[in-house]
Amino acid sequence: MNGVNGVALAVFCALFVLVTVIGFVAAGWRRADLDQLHEWGLGGRRFGTVVTWFLLGGDLYTAYTFVAVPALVFGQGALGFFALPYTIITYPFVFVVMPRLWSVSHKHGYITAADFVRGRFDSGALALAVAVTGILATMPYIALQLVGIQVVLGAMGVEGTGWMADLPLVIAFVILAAYTYQSGLRAPALIAIVKDTVIYVTVLAAIIAIPAKLGGYGAVFAAVPPEKVILEPPRPGTLGQFSAYATLAFGSALALFLYPHSMTGVLSSSGRAVIRRNTAMLPAYSFLLGLIALLGYMAIAAGVRNAPAYANGFRQYGPNFAVPALFLYAFPSWFVGFAFAAIAVGALVPAAIMSIAAANLFTRNVYKEFLRPACSGKEESRVAKIVSLVVKFGALVFIVLVPTKYAIQLQLLGGVWILQTFPAVVVGLYTRWLHRWGLLAGWAVGMGLGTLMAYLKGFASSVYAVTIGGVAVPAYAALWALLANLAVAAAVSAALNAARVPLGRDATERADYGE
Amino acid sequence: MHPAWRWHLLLLVPFVGTLWVPFYNAVEPSIGGVPYFYWYQFLWIFISSSLTALVYFATRGGER
Repeated sequence: MNGVNGVALAVFCALFVLVTVIGFVAAGWRRADLDQLHEWGLGGRRFGTVVTWFLLGGDLYTAYTFVAVPALVFGQGALGFFALPYTIITYPFVFVVMPRLWSVSHKHGYITAADFVRGRFDSGALALAVAVTGILATMPYIALQLVGIQVVLGAMGVEGTGWMADLPLVIAFVILAAYTYQSGLRAPALIAIVKDTVIYVTVLAAIIAIPAKLGGYGAVFAAVPPEKVILEPPRPGTLGQFSAYATLAFGSALALFLYPHSMTGVLSSSGRAVIRRNTAMLPAYSFLLGLIALLGYMAIAAGVRNAPAYANGFRQYGPNFAVPALFLYAFPSWFVGFAFAAIAVGALVPAAIMSIAAANLFTRNVYKEFLRPACSGKEESRVAKIVSLVVKFGALVFIVLVPTKYAIQLQLLGGVWILQTFPAVVVGLYTRWLHRWGLLAGWAVGMGLGTLMAYLKGFASSVYAVTIGGVAVPAYAALWALLANLAVAAAVSAALNAARVPLGRDATERADYGE
Repeated sequence: MHPAWRWHLLLLVPFVGTLWVPFYNAVEPSIGGVPYFYWYQFLWIFISSSLTALVYFATRGGER
């Protein structure tokens, strides 16, 4: 990279300014009292089918996804494609489970999953475990959104030395923090409409123009080393990549909607039917994600890895530079600016929602629960706004001071951790048979085992092989941990229920779940 | 249990179709240069989405 790409940067900045204006104007959209947490942090639970579609699409399919998924395919081939089955099967699951959570939350004014757990199991400790897990899993995820912005800024030649190097990133984040503070969830909801449109245009252009330039899809796949095009089949003694691929997809699908930012998107919708309709419509984004994953192969075919022009970028950002390099290779400057803005704005929407979700968790399940039980709605909203700032600046400091690889490792751990809230949140929606202390014990075991497995893999991979009957079964560590979690929760619950240890009072009734 | 509950069993089909890897871990038959492994999984986006829509229309009863 030599110097700044002026045309690209100008287009990029223009789109960024547009989004900033929208972010501030959003405060007046469907005007309501933003001093109430359910207004600031859930948009008043009034988002209909279309807004929810844009919001969840912008929320779940993040900038980091758009950079990291093709990077994984670029580096590892077919295994990286698990993102597609993952984002297919998550929706049938959501169709069944999330309307129940919406109904009970609507009835009782729950804003977070931990609120539900608090009411259902009458346990502040279990709710705290769920809330802390959510915050821990979200923080590195926010940090990684910044990596998306960093990579595209670097690709446009925006570089500096010392503290100047991080200045553009800091500016972008201060703007984001300001309008999130002011407008709450309304800001990312409106911006998501712009973001998703820009992303769709970019990807459609990419999947038509780039293969045309490279000689068609046949030529693209022919450039990929044959052993990477499909998965490594099982051999005697091991299931190879088959079990890894399927469990990564399955475990990630179960985990996706346990993340606080997904939960916030679901709870901000105006009804059960909105959620159900969206589960049939959101796969449109999965289609987009599958196409984006193929960009990894196009980057291989374009030979960007060995092109001297991009050597510096790859040295700095590793495989995450594959897509930016491909765009620089294939597109005219003005469209590069447009495409990079798509990635940067794609980072702002989820970063805003994640910080709001983390703020909701802290305010409801730590501050109000343990510090100020009598706090007013206005105080709740004020605390959440401040915490959303703290969370974002925490992520910013983290990404500026700590090498990116730690954020990536922590995000990988975050996926393992968040799945450990499955028994309390999802199983809890259906039965109260699991005892609150049993759930807490299971959660602790799952967190410990999942972290241990990741540690044993040097935090480089979340696939851990367990040998069953002489056959190695490599599988997603989050699922192994969840199995242990469920086993411990069930065993401890059986013992406690037999000993008639008090279950606590269930604040919810059967009819609250709306079935 | 609601009688509409049985419709939900259809939602298990995408799990089988996408998670049983031996169904699709092959290069041939390819379409327009795209190996089977890829277009098969893309196809499931549409199947899964259609099944979800079908179950939605079959089970909605006065829901908001």
